[in-house]
Amino acid sequence: MHWRAIIRLFGILLMFYSLGFLPSLGIALLYQDGQWSLFAISLFITTAAGVALWLPNINQHSELSVRDGFLFVTLFWVILGIIGALPFILGLHLGITDAIFESISGFTTTGATVIVGLDRLPPSILYHRQQIQWLGGMGIIVLAVAILPLLGVGGMQLYRAEASGVAKQEKITPRIAETARVLWIIYFTLTLACAMAYWVAGMTLFDAVGHAFSTVATGGFSTHDASLGQYNSPLIESIAIVFMLAGGANFAIHFMAWRHLSMAPYGTDPEVRAYGMIFLLSTLFVAASLYWAGAYTGTWESLRYAAFQVASILTSTGFGTVTFADWPLHIPLILVILSFTGGCAGSTAGGIKVLRIMLLAKLGLRQLEQLAHPQAVYLVKLGRRPVSEDVVLSVWGFYVLYIVTSLLLTVAMMAAGLDLDSAFGAVVATINLLGPGLGEVANNFASVSPVVKWLGIFGMLVGRLEVFTLLILFLPTYWRH
Amino acid sequence: MKIVILGAGQVGSTVAQALASESNDITVVDQNAHMLTVLQEHSDIRTITGQASHPDVLQQAGIEDADMILAVTNSDEINMIACQVAHSLFHTPLRLARVRSRSYLAYPKLFSPDAVPINFIISPEQLVTTFIQHLIESPGVLQILDFAGGKAQLVAVHAHHGGALIGQELRTLSKKLPAVETRVVAIFRRDRAIIPEGETLIEAGDEIFFLAAYRDIPPLVAAFRRTDKPNRRIIIAGGGNIGQRLAEMIERDYHVKIIELDIGRCRVLAESLHRAIVLHGDAADQDLLMQEDIEVTDMFCAVTNDDEANILCAMLAKRLGARKVLSIINRTSYVDLAQGTAVDIALSPALVTIGALLAHIRRGDVVAVHSLRRGAAEAIEVIAHGDRDTSRVVGRRIDELPLPEGTMIGVIARGDTLIFPHRDTVIEPQDHVILFLADKQKIIDVERLFQVSITFV
Repeated sequence: MHWRAIIRLFGILLMFYSLGFLPSLGIALLYQDGQWSLFAISLFITTAAGVALWLPNINQHSELSVRDGFLFVTLFWVILGIIGALPFILGLHLGITDAIFESISGFTTTGATVIVGLDRLPPSILYHRQQIQWLGGMGIIVLAVAILPLLGVGGMQLYRAEASGVAKQEKITPRIAETARVLWIIYFTLTLACAMAYWVAGMTLFDAVGHAFSTVATGGFSTHDASLGQYNSPLIESIAIVFMLAGGANFAIHFMAWRHLSMAPYGTDPEVRAYGMIFLLSTLFVAASLYWAGAYTGTWESLRYAAFQVASILTSTGFGTVTFADWPLHIPLILVILSFTGGCAGSTAGGIKVLRIMLLAKLGLRQLEQLAHPQAVYLVKLGRRPVSEDVVLSVWGFYVLYIVTSLLLTVAMMAAGLDLDSAFGAVVATINLLGPGLGEVANNFASVSPVVKWLGIFGMLVGRLEVFTLLILFLPTYWRH
Repeated sequence: MKIVILGAGQVGSTVAQALASESNDITVVDQNAHMLTVLQEHSDIRTITGQASHPDVLQQAGIEDADMILAVTNSDEINMIACQVAHSLFHTPLRLARVRSRSYLAYPKLFSPDAVPINFIISPEQLVTTFIQHLIESPGVLQILDFAGGKAQLVAVHAHHGGALIGQELRTLSKKLPAVETRVVAIFRRDRAIIPEGETLIEAGDEIFFLAAYRDIPPLVAAFRRTDKPNRRIIIAGGGNIGQRLAEMIERDYHVKIIELDIGRCRVLAESLHRAIVLHGDAADQDLLMQEDIEVTDMFCAVTNDDEANILCAMLAKRLGARKVLSIINRTSYVDLAQGTAVDIALSPALVTIGALLAHIRRGDVVAVHSLRRGAAEAIEVIAHGDRDTSRVVGRRIDELPLPEGTMIGVIARGDTLIFPHRDTVIEPQDHVILFLADKQKIIDVERLFQVSITFV
């Protein structure tokens, strides 16, 4: 471990992210909500901590190894979670547990909240909540790699530890910094377009920007308790569906489409196609189920709520127009399964990811075909390209770890006092970065015990860092030299 | 004609022998001196040992006054460079090369005169796979060849009991199938050619060649043999270049299984094939064949590069119940031996390739030449040029033409229409005339007939 180099890097990143309080400070001054001082204090604390970590290690330039990368990224997510919690502690006087839960939920784009009464919150703190989701969406390390040239050394290790998906070593441009920059430009453009659309559709500018942040990041925080249901507008809901789906699609495909100025890449990429099919078929199925169960009057209503919930849950956003946990029959379980599927690899969404599900399905199919033709040679293919056995194995390993972690967390949450429904719901809500759960946590985490909240924080970090990066730290051999 | 042939492999040596017997000056270049010695013993040609793409070697081979270079070494790159050298340094007018790799073939622009200057590309694998594909698409047919850009086909069938025409005179064909236009150009009975006349009786066992449009082939085939079921299940033995291409071309429309012995090669096949089933094993393994339902297989294609293995596993497949078996056989002497007895269809890649090569070597405006009956007979497509004064064919009736014996005009493609000529049909300029020659030796006379006289420019 290059401890001092890691600490130096922490210092630099903290100084960098302290600038993140400036927009909130500006909003506080603009809206005269009296919160500017707490953002100034947060900014000062963060900068001071950064300088304190950086100065003693100013000359520690040793390159980070792959192993260092896992530790650094995990620790930095935790540290940034604490930094982001400062305004909640200072401004809203939340307890440490609640404040950190809220902050981690923001950065990991989960969108589960412990705060009730959002509509009465000062605008600057509301903005801060939306902004941390936006920063976490594309990845805080990716942003740092994109903007800070001095991260160039060892940047790839950090990027890899944070990125989602199967082919983490694949870059869309030759240079890692350029790749990160391109990703952020696409992300920024999508957010801008989303904000404009919301604004035109009738939101206030403040709400439009805030919701655009959490829509494209597939986060799910809202500035209202009633979430997007506040507006009760089909137009706003359609805009949200489009940009949630865009946020849940692979950004490498957005890049291809942008570079060639054509929609063709969306049609040819097998993962995006499967993702689109899952969305369409699930929407139809849920709508039919809703209609059949008589939950809403008329097909149009059923279709509207089904489409929004499916998009929101598939991309792990978790915006509410209704409480899906209250829907009848099998529908909540269908949606929970969808949330495990998640968005595409290389997107802002959570869950196992469509790509991995596709590979697992193909692996199962191959096993069946092999039984019919024992001497046949079958390869797992994606589109028309074969996938190497290593990748298939790592996907299999990921799946096992993901499911086992989910089960163990469910057991732990039940031990902490939740009933089965709520415990499972809480795990789904956190590890899949979804937000709303089932039972007691169907709308928020305000009423659950602190132990459950800490388990939830752990679940969110496992989900956001895609299991391996976090769990490897629990491996004894990782710490042995 | 002075021709330099690079590469004394299967294709190179067969072409050299075929062309040398037609009074061309042939020089063959190869790195393997032993193969050249063997070749020189059999035919009247010159041989040079050396790297075929080197300018000094080419010079030695007399490239400076050669009319044509034919690059058929087993390396695409050497073939391409040799044509480049011949063009840039020696201005050889006609350059033919074999290029196998589809990575090159996918970019035709690469072979334009200012890039890699190859006039005509020959891809034997492609020719052979197209050939087999035609056979799979038309069950019951022995051979099917395109003329006039695919407008007309020459088809060979084996007459068989159950056909409506067996034991009947040939003239009854037009009564039985009034809507179909066709011309029977040759009948081979016990390896002897019969000139078909209206009174000729069709016997079971005859090999019949007829010309027709593609859509008319099924009813015509049905007239000579009982209708075969359409092919559905295909097993390909051997996953080499030909096996792979064939599987790629037909996997969308048929149930294809491909058997390959080498596991590494199997993985390559599995990567490029998406519907076909790749089987790892020996094509001559009875258990494997039975496990993969050989008895319901419609066509078994043995396409490894080992003649003996092909013949034997095709025979095994036939005995285990495959409906029809095809084998690729390189050695010409085996082709006649195996065809019709051990295997249903014996196919020689060298002969197929030579057919394509010949079209470029023939004088006059020859568009296509195909060898039939393992090279004994030939079908040729020529464009008639000039007018009544400069040409000996244009503006004349068919019965006025001094056609050599055993030669027959099968069909004339004029614009988009096919004309099955009668005695009084007059040939017009730009007609594509498709002739059938029962005796290959007469080809020179036909070529001379279609050449325009000096005064026509």
